[in-house]
Amino acid sequence: MSYFKNISYAFRTIRKGLALTLRYFFKIRFRRNAEPVTSINYFDGENGTFTVQYPKQEIPVPDHGRYKLHNEIDDCIVCDKCAKICPVDCIEIEPIRAVEEYGRTSDGTPLRIHAAKFDIDMAKCCFCGLCTVVCPTECLTMTDEYDYSTNNILDHNFSFSKMTENEIAQKRSELEKFQSEKSSAKSESASKESEKVSPKKPVAKPVFKPRPIPKRK
Amino acid sequence: MLTLAFYLAFLLIFVVFAVYGERKTAAFIQNRLGPMEVGPKGILQTVADLLKMLQKEDIKASSVDKLPFLIAPIIVFVAVFTGFSLLPLNAELSGSTASGGLFLLLAIISLDVLGILMAGWASNNKYSLFGSMRSVAQIISYEIPIGLSVLSVVIITGTLDLQETSIQQTGRGLLGWNLVQHPVLVIPFLIFIISGLAESNRTPFDLPESESELVGGYHTEYSGFRWGIFMLSEYGMMLLLSILGSILFLGGWNSPFPNMEFLSLSDLTSGTFWGVFWLLSKSLLLVFVQMWVRWTLPRLRVDQLMSLSWKYLTPVSILMLFICGIWKLWLLS
Repeated sequence: MSYFKNISYAFRTIRKGLALTLRYFFKIRFRRNAEPVTSINYFDGENGTFTVQYPKQEIPVPDHGRYKLHNEIDDCIVCDKCAKICPVDCIEIEPIRAVEEYGRTSDGTPLRIHAAKFDIDMAKCCFCGLCTVVCPTECLTMTDEYDYSTNNILDHNFSFSKMTENEIAQKRSELEKFQSEKSSAKSESASKESEKVSPKKPVAKPVFKPRPIPKRK
Repeated sequence: MLTLAFYLAFLLIFVVFAVYGERKTAAFIQNRLGPMEVGPKGILQTVADLLKMLQKEDIKASSVDKLPFLIAPIIVFVAVFTGFSLLPLNAELSGSTASGGLFLLLAIISLDVLGILMAGWASNNKYSLFGSMRSVAQIISYEIPIGLSVLSVVIITGTLDLQETSIQQTGRGLLGWNLVQHPVLVIPFLIFIISGLAESNRTPFDLPESESELVGGYHTEYSGFRWGIFMLSEYGMMLLLSILGSILFLGGWNSPFPNMEFLSLSDLTSGTFWGVFWLLSKSLLLVFVQMWVRWTLPRLRVDQLMSLSWKYLTPVSILMLFICGIWKLWLLS
């Protein structure tokens, strides 16, 4: 008897399968709307074509998604926090201390350090977004740009510093000059003061010292 | 001669657009778009693929058995294409007038298993050999139900001539078709379609080729134009069996509209070009059914394949042969 059951089972299941695929075949006249993931209809893709022809047609992505990092260098105070928190060390910063406050960011934080180099290697980036969280001036953000594949992996290293070689050399020399002046002034004043200073009282050592956090690299 | 020339030209064009149609059908069933870039809606995609394929190097691995390796694709294609010489095209163009045409056709198209076996054996590759062994086992098994289901039609029509079979179905439109006129033929028709899928190595009976396990089976070692001939033969086989099915069961080149008292629709839609049109549109509908089945059902296991053929299709088709004999004897005489 299972012989005839098998036959009827085969007929029923094949009929059902064919009906299902034919239904999908005719649903093709509907197209998917280019709706973002936040849309309530985003997962209604089974009604019609789900594919979009990417370069011609794009599905909008959330503008706060984790795609590509961008640093608004005018607002960056070069605090190095992002480079420190980065788990994969993809941010490389070369700071040059300015001799004096040379400007303010858009939120009013004073700028005291020049960024001679602010490179983010998106090839190394793990898209955790920690750097954007720690950024005190919120200049480091993730943009909605996701299509930046290249043929050369070195092109994934994005440079945000706007300083030219001349400027960097100039700021360096300014800093060196400033430092040498300062140290000479210090040594002069130290030599002056050492004559008249009476021996100090011994200072009590602090009981608790914060454990230094070892810097990586 | 004219019929064969038409079929050769049509086959080449058909293969190009059938591959496109196959990919589009697959895409639509899977909620995709399919080829879209080359030409409007991607219609020239296969032409581009064909041009690429023709430029490929003709690779002959050093340990293949040269002679069988080189002639196997030709044998497969010749076997399939010779089948077309026996098919009528419309009321005037009857193809070869061999009186045993249907018998000859079935005999010739089963020769393509020889080419497949040669290809698999000469490739000197265990997976190719697996593929061709499966193919031989499968085609020989399915020859029997397909032959018996065709024989059921032959019992009722009483002729092996395909043009004669078509002429018998003339005049009454849809009602004159063998399938409608003789409802006992519904089950032989289903058996014909199922075995036809197996004969042309299509999913769910594509064990000889099974891209996912044998990486192409018997044509793994082929490249470029030689591989193209295998592809051509596979689609040619699909078309051949679809045309045969539409001649035997769906009225061949006859119009589906009957003549009515006030409006002779059948006469209006008959003629040289209408005949070709009806025959080819019926066949292409059956080709679509084959593609539709391909993207619905998964591949069978070897033992399931064999049990389907020997335990189900063969006994049922023998029974249907008997029933058709009774139908002919008692109801039509």
